[in-house]
Amino acid sequence: MNHESTRNLATRNRLATYVAGYILSVGLTVAAYLIVTHTISTRDFMIGAVAVLAFVQFVVQLLFFLHLGQELRPRFKLLVFLGMVSIVAILVIGSLWIMSNLNYRMTPSPKAINNYMKQQDGDF
Amino acid sequence: MEEKAISAAEVKRQTAREEDSRSLLGFWVYLMTDCVLFASLFAVYAVLHHNTFGGPSAKELFNLHTALIETLILLTSSFSCGLGIVAAQRRNKKLTIMAFCLTMVLGLAFLGLELNEFHHLAVIGDSWRRSGFLSSYFTLVGTHGLHITVGLLWMVVMMLRIQRGGLTRSNIRKLTMLSLFWHFLDVIWIFIFTVVYLMGAIGA
Repeated sequence: MNHESTRNLATRNRLATYVAGYILSVGLTVAAYLIVTHTISTRDFMIGAVAVLAFVQFVVQLLFFLHLGQELRPRFKLLVFLGMVSIVAILVIGSLWIMSNLNYRMTPSPKAINNYMKQQDGDF
Repeated sequence: MEEKAISAAEVKRQTAREEDSRSLLGFWVYLMTDCVLFASLFAVYAVLHHNTFGGPSAKELFNLHTALIETLILLTSSFSCGLGIVAAQRRNKKLTIMAFCLTMVLGLAFLGLELNEFHHLAVIGDSWRRSGFLSSYFTLVGTHGLHITVGLLWMVVMMLRIQRGGLTRSNIRKLTMLSLFWHFLDVIWIFIFTVVYLMGAIGA
């Protein structure tokens, strides 16, 4: 009986985190949607706002759905997670940086492209 | 004598608990590597999404309303999956199966909407062959959809197992992994919704 009641208490806490996570996530999703559909501000502001809302929802779901940070020491889950975040950061930021740099350095001006096409005498 | 018996049972329970946490950690490592896969697809999309090759851009093509409904459906399925785990921890077999069946129905609805969108794009001539932008879009969103399909199949298998074998320790462990997988797919979808649909509508 005692064992049963402690288990129910523990699962009630879990249930509360799922409900809280769900409500917060729906709120954040709808907020981001409304910002975009109502075009409430400038383009740059909306991009920033939507990115911030996505990040907040990411953290909410990590804490409330995936229960990150609730494990006891040693925190291997957290360690693996942080390793993933650093790899993802290098991968995404690095790709965008390299490709935009290549784009900047290697793409000729429209005029140069037209000249090249004329030289090649192709029907583009 | 009795003390010894209790400690033996305690040791056994401790070992089982350690085994559970070890397999869950292994599954967590898999999920994190899957995150890296999705990150590379996001990077490809971010690089290619301006390359429309004279075809339509994200702003012209995507319906934000459908994307919102898809998001809310997936979010609700993630929530009902969490309810299923709570029910399983309370050893309530009927409620567990009900919650996961609801999750499956919502997952199928999500998949149906996504396939409908893919079909629509292919019919109007904007399939993955149209441009670099559409190739990267279909790869990114399609990979997510493939994961959802695998998750649904896994759910069917788990429901059959629980129906037959009940909520055993090993079944609950596998169900916990499945719920991690499902929540993880919801997390990936937040970024697809934001990067592909919302930012596409803004015209970033």
